[in-house]
Amino acid sequence: MRRAPSPITLANVTVAYDRQPAVHHVSGTFRPGSLTAIVGPNGAGKTTLVKAITGAARVDEGRIDRGGLAPSDIAYLPQQAVLDRSFPISCLDVVLMGHWRRVGLFRRIGPTLLREAEEALEAVGLGGFGDRPIATVSAGQFQRLLFARILLEDCPVVVLDEPFTAIDAKTTADLLGVVSRWHGEGRTVIAVLHDHDLVRAHFPNTLLVAREAIAWGSTPEVLTASNALRARQMAEAWAESAAVCARAA
Amino acid sequence: MLFEPLISPFIEFAFMRRALVGCLALSLAAPPLGVFLVLRRLSLIGDALGHAILPGVALGATLGGLSLAAMSAGGLVAGLAIVLLAGLAARGTGLREDASLAGFYLVALALGVVIVSAGSPGVDLMDLLFGAVLGVDDGALLFIASVATLTLVSLALMWRPLVVETFDPGFLRHAGGGGVAWHLMFLALVVLTLVAAFHALGTLMAVGLMMLPATGARFWSATVGGQVVAAVMMAMVASVLGLVVSFHADVPSGPAIVLAAGALWVAGLLAGPRGSLLRQRISRPHLAG
Repeated sequence: MRRAPSPITLANVTVAYDRQPAVHHVSGTFRPGSLTAIVGPNGAGKTTLVKAITGAARVDEGRIDRGGLAPSDIAYLPQQAVLDRSFPISCLDVVLMGHWRRVGLFRRIGPTLLREAEEALEAVGLGGFGDRPIATVSAGQFQRLLFARILLEDCPVVVLDEPFTAIDAKTTADLLGVVSRWHGEGRTVIAVLHDHDLVRAHFPNTLLVAREAIAWGSTPEVLTASNALRARQMAEAWAESAAVCARAA
Repeated sequence: MLFEPLISPFIEFAFMRRALVGCLALSLAAPPLGVFLVLRRLSLIGDALGHAILPGVALGATLGGLSLAAMSAGGLVAGLAIVLLAGLAARGTGLREDASLAGFYLVALALGVVIVSAGSPGVDLMDLLFGAVLGVDDGALLFIASVATLTLVSLALMWRPLVVETFDPGFLRHAGGGGVAWHLMFLALVVLTLVAAFHALGTLMAVGLMMLPATGARFWSATVGGQVVAAVMMAMVASVLGLVVSFHADVPSGPAIVLAAGALWVAGLLAGPRGSLLRQRISRPHLAG
């Protein structure tokens, strides 16, 4: 790891689209090296929240303290990336993009970096796929490829937005292995997920959001029936003509 | 001799040699840009920019006479202004960039026609739109060669970020590799090359040499680099064929070159080695798995 992770602290964070808050007064801390699932109903602001954490969405109120890390120190896998899978590029070249922070515009990708890329492909179960055009791989294999790219990025913090949606059980299990590896290496990992059983089995911490943080802590304490009910009610209570929020900043 | 009709026009006539050199230089610069336009789903942007430079060229011709410098400078300023304005309007308002560009280039085109018709009688709209490849003089040739060189060198320098930004702009931006700057630099190269190409081919036909080989390239290669090579080769063959046909059949050379490029594109579409109609029709036994 190029840099040690530091706590990521949200202080009263609000992110709004056209004044409607998608994330509303959320506060809390992702500890260094923690493995946290973000769960909540559709439209609860999960994606907006991780976009704010990675610097891709502007925070309207409150602040996010990344403990000295820059947004580019965070590896970010967006939700079902809208990438052109017919693009004429090989699997190896996609993975090599993960070296961007080291090689930039002009530096040579030497044998060491190449070997790292081959090893990353092996680690996600795509050994020997390097030369294949991405047009020939399946959706699950493509997701493995994006995980291999994150392996090379070697960032202290990894943020994944619904990484297992439309991915079969075997691929999910293999990629969860990669997530555990990151956790074991002391990286902070944050993943937006829908499958509560999967969260219970693999993620020690959970943040349940419905625009506001309903509960944040150890997974068994967060994923309770009463919390889930509250989250659903909060998500449904979306007022079109709400007054200006008066809560103190 | 079989190849005599292919070669003799260039041996006998200096203006044909100049036309050939100009078109070959353009064949090196324009198709690679076209390949990236296709991959960025901006195939029609070349067309829009071809129209966008017209008012600048017309204004240059009206103010400075039919001088190379005045027309080139006018075209360049108009093209870059429209790229920037369209980009700003799109980012400032959420209007899609292609819609924004369409608005600006339509206004520019109409403005160009007004300027040409109101301007000096020496300016021929047909020459501006369709070019006069056989009238390429030494100054124009030098300009075309300089622009082609600059374009190739720039593309080589920005190759890595341009490929990454085309494939996954979100990744590059997040990794701190920039975004909009590459897009604008790339579009500036497109404008520059179109301005150079219009001297030989006219503002409309110049786009043909940029886009037709580029759209055909995907039937020949599965890598960006391979597609660039394929597109350049197709453009070069089209340049030679078009000039020869135009010489013997006495048809305008610009359209002849673009028609030759079109023929190569159709050939690739029908029978190229990758994903062509023929390729899909041939049923080869599937592998054992």
